[in-house]
Amino acid sequence: MRPAILLPAFVLPAFVLIGAALLAVPARAQESETPPLVHQHWSFDGVFGTFDNAAAQRGLQVYQQVCSACHSMKQMYYRNLAGIGLNEDQIKAFAAAILVPGPADESGQPTQRPALPSDHFKSPFPNDEAARAANGGALPPDQSVLEKAREGGPDYIYALLNGYSDPPAGMKMQQGMNYNRYFPGNQIAMPQPLHGNDVTYVDGTPSSLEQEAHDVTTFLAFAANPELNERHATGVKAVLFLVFLTGITYALKRKIWADVH
Amino acid sequence: MAGLHKSDFANPVINWIDTRLPIFTMMQKEYGTFPTPKNFNYFWNFGALAVVALMVMIVTGIFLAMNYTPNVTMAFDSVERIMRDVNYGWLIRYVHMNGASMFFIVVYIHIFRGLYYGSYKTPRELLWMIGVVLLLLMMATAFMGYVLPWGQMSYWGATVITNLFSAIPVVGPGIVTWLWGGFSVDNPTLNRFFSLHYLLPFVIVGVLFLHVAALHITGSNNPLGIDVKSPQDTLPFHPYYTIKDSVGVCVFLLVWAVLVCFVPNYLGHVDNYTPANPMATPADVVPEWYFLPFYAILRSVPNKLGGVSMMFGSILVMFVLPWFDTSPVRSCRFRPIYRQLMWVLVADALLLGAVGAHPPQGIWVVIGRVCTAYYFLHFLVILPFLGKLERPLPLPESISRPVIAGGGGGLPGGAPAKPMEKP
Repeated sequence: MRPAILLPAFVLPAFVLIGAALLAVPARAQESETPPLVHQHWSFDGVFGTFDNAAAQRGLQVYQQVCSACHSMKQMYYRNLAGIGLNEDQIKAFAAAILVPGPADESGQPTQRPALPSDHFKSPFPNDEAARAANGGALPPDQSVLEKAREGGPDYIYALLNGYSDPPAGMKMQQGMNYNRYFPGNQIAMPQPLHGNDVTYVDGTPSSLEQEAHDVTTFLAFAANPELNERHATGVKAVLFLVFLTGITYALKRKIWADVH
Repeated sequence: MAGLHKSDFANPVINWIDTRLPIFTMMQKEYGTFPTPKNFNYFWNFGALAVVALMVMIVTGIFLAMNYTPNVTMAFDSVERIMRDVNYGWLIRYVHMNGASMFFIVVYIHIFRGLYYGSYKTPRELLWMIGVVLLLLMMATAFMGYVLPWGQMSYWGATVITNLFSAIPVVGPGIVTWLWGGFSVDNPTLNRFFSLHYLLPFVIVGVLFLHVAALHITGSNNPLGIDVKSPQDTLPFHPYYTIKDSVGVCVFLLVWAVLVCFVPNYLGHVDNYTPANPMATPADVVPEWYFLPFYAILRSVPNKLGGVSMMFGSILVMFVLPWFDTSPVRSCRFRPIYRQLMWVLVADALLLGAVGAHPPQGIWVVIGRVCTAYYFLHFLVILPFLGKLERPLPLPESISRPVIAGGGGGLPGGAPAKPMEKP
């Protein structure tokens, strides 16, 4: 009889623990020069989260009066604003204030017309080259799905908008770049966009930098996830239904198997 | 021998059809009364779960294809249009996107089940090998599907993976140009990937049919890994396993629903929401989580051809596994050493996944190489020798007369436990 070779009992748990610990390390380590993001309270967090329409509407105002000077939002239609609580007349009025290219006139010359709810958000530049030319060679990214396209999502956008300051002593900045402690590499082409009191809110909310950053981030989160309210509501119903279905299915399984030994 | 089938169905319409085309008799035989070992645990749910995942992927995929445009200038926008303007498009797309992850989770657990309980051993070698073919087809399908949204990771992932073939001596670069349909990943590449992404799932259905057909010839393995000896050891598939699989399906759908509705992008990569840009490489190109262990193996070998060979070899080694494992005992329950090494292999695979997620620097390179070496060591060296060295625990006489009550160990071989059958 040969002696059985057994590994020490701790080998298995140790391996699994090491594996789990390594997996828990964030897969994409941030550059060391950016501080960790602070989690903000967002109305759309959690399983019951929905967009705070008032905040999103204020954010729309910030986008329209500040961001849209450089950033496009090509996936959005004016009609989508119904998703943050604007009614039909408000959407029509909002769109009508913006001129978009219309059909050619009798002599073939380009014309302009007021935008309709069925129009895409107007882009600030006719093409990427024009956008680069106007921004020192840097292309302002389209903001339609920006919230989903950045690690950290809304917390990152909020932190970035609040992250501008003078560069630390001794840091060599490249021509035309701005210091931002949350931007990878700390040098960002976009000059500080919000300083506080950049807009006068229609609803009278004081427009501090933090308030503006919070509101416009809420709007960007809406633009990237216009289905979120419906998705969360569907999720709650689906989970309740499936928990119930799992329960009765398991009960039936127990009943069917009761006489098996 | 031609001739009408003698059908036992009472319903005249079913009987009429069944006489001419006995599909009802076949279903009754294969899924109704099919004798199935009575001691399955919930690990035996995962084959059925994979079939459910495949069906959901095909149905959601068909609806996505109705609204998707495979053109480099329109693909990204068409996916966003599905998310925004197609009725329940967000639901269909998120179910499909997370469905890939759910499919791989259940298939990886299904494979673990096969490894742990020795389901690849005789007489199920061919069944197992068809399963490995299914895994390869799934991987190709998932890879090409990930390219379709034409985000940054789609584009650069496609570039990195197709470039692997350039490692083949002499003909490599020609093969890559042929795969691309040009001199870089571009519109022809996207078009053919879309075409193949639509085709391969149906190839999977066909091969899956062979997988199930082979299973119904050999019959299922079971947690004890011993053969069925008498009808006492089995239960009819329906209702016992239809209901048990249904419990698993409910839990599976629950997890899937939570992913889709609450964290739909958790398993994805943020860079794929940036449209593909051939002029800007992302900071690091990372595949989807289910490819990370293979990506780690690829990067652990300093030589490109070597890395590619090892990566494909890590799956191809599964084809020869039935002959490298020399132990006649199937189930880990009766192989005390192999059982522990099985968990070491699981830890090794998880570690490789972690390595794949990190840039290949510092300690990750070392861990990657050690884990890669161990992976092959396990299959090619440890298994052949272990089968000869290990002293297995005594096997039970039959499924219905387990030698070990309650799963403990150390009883002398062949000693029957208390009879448990009902009189």
